[in-house]
Amino acid sequence: MQTIDLATTPLREMNATLQAQADQTNATSWDILNPRGAHAIAVGLDAPIEVTVRGSTGYYCAGMNKQATVHVTGSAGPGVAENMMSGTVIIDGDASQYAGATGRGGLLVIKGNASSRCGISMKGIDIVVQGNIGHMSAFMGQAGNLVVCGDAGDALGDSLYEARLFVRGSVKSLGADCIEKEMRPEHLEILRDLLTRAGIEADPQEFRRYGSARKLYNFDIDNAAAY
Amino acid sequence: MTTHDKRIPQTVPIQSATFTNPINAEIRRAAATGIYDIRGGGAKRKVPHFDDLLFLGASISRYPLEGYREKCDTRVTLGTRFAKTPIELDIPITIAGMSFGALSAQAKEALGRGASAAGTSTTTGDGGMTPEERGHSTKLVYQYLPSRYGMNPDDLRRADAIEIVVGQGAKPGGGGMLLGQKISDRVAEMRTLPKGIDQRSACRHPDWTGPDDLEIKILELREITGWRVPIYVKVGGTRPYYDTALAVKAGADVVVLDGMQGGTAATQDVFIENVGLPILACIRPAVRALQDLGMHREVQLIVSGGIRTGADVAKAMALGADAVAIGTAALIALGDNDPKWEAEYQALGTTTGAYDDWHEGRDPAGITTQDPELAARLDPVEAGRRLRNYLKVMTLEAQTIARACGHNHLHNLEPEDLCALTMEAAAMAQVPLAGTDWYPGKPGTGY
Repeated sequence: MQTIDLATTPLREMNATLQAQADQTNATSWDILNPRGAHAIAVGLDAPIEVTVRGSTGYYCAGMNKQATVHVTGSAGPGVAENMMSGTVIIDGDASQYAGATGRGGLLVIKGNASSRCGISMKGIDIVVQGNIGHMSAFMGQAGNLVVCGDAGDALGDSLYEARLFVRGSVKSLGADCIEKEMRPEHLEILRDLLTRAGIEADPQEFRRYGSARKLYNFDIDNAAAY
Repeated sequence: MTTHDKRIPQTVPIQSATFTNPINAEIRRAAATGIYDIRGGGAKRKVPHFDDLLFLGASISRYPLEGYREKCDTRVTLGTRFAKTPIELDIPITIAGMSFGALSAQAKEALGRGASAAGTSTTTGDGGMTPEERGHSTKLVYQYLPSRYGMNPDDLRRADAIEIVVGQGAKPGGGGMLLGQKISDRVAEMRTLPKGIDQRSACRHPDWTGPDDLEIKILELREITGWRVPIYVKVGGTRPYYDTALAVKAGADVVVLDGMQGGTAATQDVFIENVGLPILACIRPAVRALQDLGMHREVQLIVSGGIRTGADVAKAMALGADAVAIGTAALIALGDNDPKWEAEYQALGTTTGAYDDWHEGRDPAGITTQDPELAARLDPVEAGRRLRNYLKVMTLEAQTIARACGHNHLHNLEPEDLCALTMEAAAMAQVPLAGTDWYPGKPGTGY
């Protein structure tokens, strides 16, 4: 176990150290102490290492992550795991706005609640939220899966492309061009796998699936009110 | 006697200055289709521009430099504020961001070839970085846009600079669009979108709003790239003083300011023609913001939107810019709107010089298309050579003017070298109306 104390180590030095880890490194386990809400912690990583951040983080923790597993024991500020490519990010507490924004791969697990715009413009990332999510989540979501074990706020999936949304609780409202869809066996299998990988116990049968109606994919004057 | 009696003088038919034929045609088109007009390019309306300024040249009080013997430097360094590796260019004319998707792969390659041969940079666009573009661009600026199509940390680290796009002159406050005709298999894959849809880009970034967030976003990008490359912030011409000041406050190395004449691949005509400022109105407020913050020349200013000639370059730099960017002019140099395609333009219902349906992907010149047969018409080597020639000519023109004004570097051009032909241009550029020592709004004049 390697330890970096942000109370005494500059952010630049911490990120440079983690970014310098190679695929075959033996230093696979890292503890980050005293994050105290600092921004851009553990960004741009590209090695199969495990990083545990002991506390809460500011903006963009684990931004553009590749391969690494980043575990935040507290809560995360806006844009956690933004544009993640691969790997896993786990937040024990809550996540602020834009969690997993534009993510292209990997798994983001939020054990608490996620604020507004969770999964905005998601492009292949899988996001599992144990609690609730805020309004405008999965706005313009292009690909990937968003699983919500609690409730979803207003305008879920507005202007959605091909991202799949699964919600166990209530949905306050659906956004433009987002509709409820049939939950078929292959979707239950996707859901079961994601819940298992996230370490969350929940029955896939209790979820409902939402996706794009695909009516806004090409301009049609009859849909003008939705634009 | 009737009104048609030829024995009496007849009333001459008078066309309305308000309901002109183009306006009426647009009303009829809108009524028939139910959709606004979409097109490419920048504002076509006449606005105060560099043509409304003149250089004074040398006189008894200023002596010129010898045209072919005395050196006039054109080099510029961008990103000196924080980046470990600033961009060093031979000429202060860069190629503006244009996406693969909007342009063919051949066109992107040609831009890279031409820019590299001339010693300058080119820029990606709203579709990610292609290997062709990276491979042929000595200096490549990677745009960081609201859509984040194709965004990934590897390309981010492959870039020579990062340009965070907040807005562009053709549509400040609007997102991009790429219609289904141009969403080919490759474009769809790069953007993670279904093939053939009308793609809409977001108008603002998904994970930050406002200058305080921007400062943190810049920090994140610097941490990911090891503080190596410059970070530009590009804004459309709207509130140039405040936007420049806020970009500087957020930590930008370079501010890119794009006027309403700057082109877009596609957006609503009503947006292009009615939102934003001409670049002439933007430069002095932006420079004043930099000067007020003590950052003029430390944070570099690139301006764009309607730059066509070396005179435009020299005028922009005299007003305080460190460099310019060209987009539409570069496409014309490649072969866009070339008269040799007139028959095909006619078949598309347009004519040479007016073709702007770039979003439809049927460009006869093979530039704004994803159609393989049309794209193959553009030879990237030849087109790149034309762009290099054009960039060289612009540079020579700017040097000619600078020497005539007595300057041994383009950066030494100054507002005192200029006068204005119109009141509007005098007010916007804050240089005297020709033959006077006054411009509207001049401090201490009471006007």
